[in-house]
Amino acid sequence: MKDEPLVPPIASGGTIGANPSFFDLLARNRPDALPRGIQVTAEDARGVAHGTTVLGLKFAGGVVFAGDRRATEGYSIADDKMEKVFAADDYSAIAIAGAAGQAVEIVKLFQLELEHYEKITGDRLSLEGKANRLGQMIRSNFPMAIQGLVVVPLFGGFDHKRHEGRIFYYDATGGRWEEDDFHATGSGGRPAKSSLKKRWRAGLDRDAGLQVAVEALVDAAEEDIATGGPDPTRGIYPTVVVVTAEGAARTTDDEVRAAYEAVLAAGAKKKGGTA
Amino acid sequence: MSFMPYVPPEQMMKDRSEFAHKGIARGKSVIGTEYSDGILFLAENPSATLHKISEIYDRIAFAGVGKYSEFEDLRISGVRLADLRGYSYGREDVRARDLANAYSQALSTIFTQQMKPYEVEILVGEVSEGPGGDEIYHILFDGTVTDEHGYVAIGGHAEALTNALKEAFKPAWDLPTAVRESVKALRSAEGREVEVEAIEAGVLDRTRPVRRKFRRLQEAEIASILSK
Repeated sequence: MKDEPLVPPIASGGTIGANPSFFDLLARNRPDALPRGIQVTAEDARGVAHGTTVLGLKFAGGVVFAGDRRATEGYSIADDKMEKVFAADDYSAIAIAGAAGQAVEIVKLFQLELEHYEKITGDRLSLEGKANRLGQMIRSNFPMAIQGLVVVPLFGGFDHKRHEGRIFYYDATGGRWEEDDFHATGSGGRPAKSSLKKRWRAGLDRDAGLQVAVEALVDAAEEDIATGGPDPTRGIYPTVVVVTAEGAARTTDDEVRAAYEAVLAAGAKKKGGTA
Repeated sequence: MSFMPYVPPEQMMKDRSEFAHKGIARGKSVIGTEYSDGILFLAENPSATLHKISEIYDRIAFAGVGKYSEFEDLRISGVRLADLRGYSYGREDVRARDLANAYSQALSTIFTQQMKPYEVEILVGEVSEGPGGDEIYHILFDGTVTDEHGYVAIGGHAEALTNALKEAFKPAWDLPTAVRESVKALRSAEGREVEVEAIEAGVLDRTRPVRRKFRRLQEAEIASILSK
């Protein structure tokens, strides 16, 4: 296995210590395995599966991340059960919209990056550190982004130093911004954000946060063809991950269904929307 | 150009071996033992942060004795090997046997080719899904690797510990018993009291509901086990 030289050239300005980054390890040992190696044209990029709407919001105990389940290839539905929201480690979550293959690969690499760091150093990265690292990884995907394979993640988790949930969003260049209350991205990001703007309030409890998130996805599915709404007949509901001081956990389909039913019940009273 | 005096290979190996043995004998010991739900590693370690026992992968853990910088180097290389392997193939394809072979190769090369051999001895354990399939590998400073069953002790008081464990060990004992007997063995081998704060312990527990089966036993947990 190739690695850093046994004796680091300290006097020559070299770095000392073990590099805790899995991404760097992979780049050094198996550069061919990194997603950035492929060449695609804009034409190719259209035929690649794209994941659509994801969102994140803060609530009193932490953050809620949610995503619809649809992936599209041009005007076709590639997958109606895709997962776009994941726990990144025990105290953070990542939600991804954009070129599906790239996105899932970046999530996998990011999860490994955090686990590898934890094992090498014996310590978890701070939430700030995780957010920065993700920005650098997205930046390394930039050559793919200009070819049309854009990956735009939302990241967040519970910051144990500040005792609150935090949300970060990124652009294709790896630019990182922190969001105060909520954010949505992907093809249905705009209607989802409008919905969040009306419904979100500071200090929501967990159930209310879940309901606001599901409602935003329902609104996005009504306005955006690429976003899939909840489908009770087939039992397909949005993926939701909740992160609190106790950890990151995926909510059960039953809980999401209950939130969806609550949204429907509230909506029946004051008929509206384009549908 | 300087002249190297001729040293017969037998003598050279003997010298290196003695050197490594001496280094290891000066240090503390680690016990590895199978219990009903997995594998327990237990050591006397005055430091709460510089570990002798660590996680390598989902079902694999590492324990080292001897020179800290050297077994730490081996631990990090092991984590890298495992994470790269798991990423390239599948998580279930990362196995302790492969890791033990890699360590054996590396240590054997260092023993014969470097200026000085590593003064370390290590254990690599892997917990199986069901009882009866756990693996513990014991790798020496010269790359010798052995497959251990039931219990094993490495480090300064390995022999005394092995003798103590031989009498106490019962197949499929539970975790509290394994901890108590291991601590008892440590105390008798050292011939003195070993404080709870100075005990480091970690388990590979197959009943853990998460992917990563390694868990450190916290001081309070060890204290409560020992008080019974």
